[in-house]
Amino acid sequence: MTAMGISALIVMLAIAAPYVTDGQPYSGNALERLKPIGTHGHLLGTDELGRDMWTRLVYGARLSLISGAAPVLIALAIGGSLGVIAGYAGGRVNALIMRTMDIFYAFPAVLLAIAACAVLGPGLLSTIAALSIVFTPSIVRITETATTRIRGMDYIEAARCSGATDFRIILHQVLPNVQAPVLVYASSLAGLSIILAAGLSFLGLGMSPPNPEWGQMLNSLRQSIYVQPWVAALPGLMIFVTSVCFNVISDGLRVAMDVQDG
Amino acid sequence: MLQFLIRRVIQVMPILVGISLITFALIHMMPRNIVDSMVPPGSPPSLRAEIAQIDGLDKPLWEQYLLWLHQVLHGNFGVSLVSGRPIGDALFSALLNSLQITFFAALVGFLLGILFGALAAVKKGRWQDSLFSLFFIAGISVPPFWFAILLVAIFAFDLNWVPAQGMGPEGWPLHWEQWRHMILPIATLSLIPMGVVGRIVRAATLEALSQEFVTALVAKGMRMDVIREHVVRNTAPQVLAVMGLQFGYLISGSILVDLVFNWPGTGKLLNQAILSGDIPVIQAAVLLLSVIFVLVNLGVDTAQAIIDPRMRR
Repeated sequence: MTAMGISALIVMLAIAAPYVTDGQPYSGNALERLKPIGTHGHLLGTDELGRDMWTRLVYGARLSLISGAAPVLIALAIGGSLGVIAGYAGGRVNALIMRTMDIFYAFPAVLLAIAACAVLGPGLLSTIAALSIVFTPSIVRITETATTRIRGMDYIEAARCSGATDFRIILHQVLPNVQAPVLVYASSLAGLSIILAAGLSFLGLGMSPPNPEWGQMLNSLRQSIYVQPWVAALPGLMIFVTSVCFNVISDGLRVAMDVQDG
Repeated sequence: MLQFLIRRVIQVMPILVGISLITFALIHMMPRNIVDSMVPPGSPPSLRAEIAQIDGLDKPLWEQYLLWLHQVLHGNFGVSLVSGRPIGDALFSALLNSLQITFFAALVGFLLGILFGALAAVKKGRWQDSLFSLFFIAGISVPPFWFAILLVAIFAFDLNWVPAQGMGPEGWPLHWEQWRHMILPIATLSLIPMGVVGRIVRAATLEALSQEFVTALVAKGMRMDVIREHVVRNTAPQVLAVMGLQFGYLISGSILVDLVFNWPGTGKLLNQAILSGDIPVIQAAVLLLSVIFVLVNLGVDTAQAIIDPRMRR
């Protein structure tokens, strides 16, 4: 419950960013650099260019949440479709899809994300694309396993006998029966996705300055940790808190949907 | 058993070929043409053609691929665009440096994970369970690069207990000064395996404990250590699989942590290569780390099959 509350708060702040801050995440005052937390007018202090930390953290939530959530949703759409097709069709289609995924699955996740980002160049879109590539194979696997398990069930057979098209069977019989493990698994990726997206920015492969994004902010404040350790630690703390909340929610979903594996 | 091993090795072959294809394709998917990054800007086309010819870059793609694969299989990873030196040497020494912390981080993470996970499962529902489960969630949720910065700020800067940067003097066996440099990287890197392994150990132990044969053993009045052995044997394959994956992730995942600690591992090598656009180095590092990842998983599969004969399907 707490986790959902905190996540909801972060999401709402991100949406309402212009109303809860002074709305100027890019402008700073060179005379007010690296002010501590609690400074008058700058509740959470200022960064190395004198920009208000509260404003940048709230605006940062926008980019960080998008770059964390979008890859999971895209991977869910692409991976889920491929997995259902592979599991439902079986045979050669299954072999083609699954053996291709095996190759992508064989790359370590962080490495694949970095390589993809290095090819695509920095930016929000390439971060999202790179992480989508990373998450898709595992979602295909989970969906394929779940679909193969129910493929031979009587109710699928019954639907086919009654003349339902493949598309109709997938929509009405397969999807409702495979969604639980797949959704739970995808939700468990959200926390990881936030960390990886921030990590790519931290490496200079994701969002570039002066965009407010937590990983990128953490990187530019890295040297200031000796001057204002608490201010410099704030972006990382936000990544940590968001990731914890997402993981707790995912665990809750797993229990609620009664999913054992996946 | 031998049959199982042969079958798995045959299954791995196409994956290795796929990895080599994708890694090879990296060069050609780069936004900038590889020849452009080798010649000074504004060079005459004749120079470009000459350079392309020397490195075989004017040949058809499949011929380039076979040539590259041939060289890689003979341990020749090409030369760095930046330093002009062979990549192989730099890559292997970076790999050794990475393995040095990866190994101990895995050891610490796995041991703590197994200990805490088993304790949490045995004390299910009590405060120990809540405490350790909180540990695990924190372990998998903490951004390692942020945790690394915090550790440096607190233990290296404020308290001045350990050095903040680098790996200290060279030499083997490790002496105290080298350990001092390794403490913070190991602490950072062991967090994720601790969390992941702890969660799986807890879940697997709970599942094993709820099986009927355990109840039967207890009812028969079996000694605790006998029951423990049964539970361990039933959880081990699952836990091993996760450990293998985690070890593989650690080798390549240290990239973000290398940067903070200035540790001369594969992460630092890869990071420098990316910043300077040194594509052959990126290619070689990605290839080597992925192949190691596949081999580690093959090793884990084999270990699983040894423990649990049911896995030798």
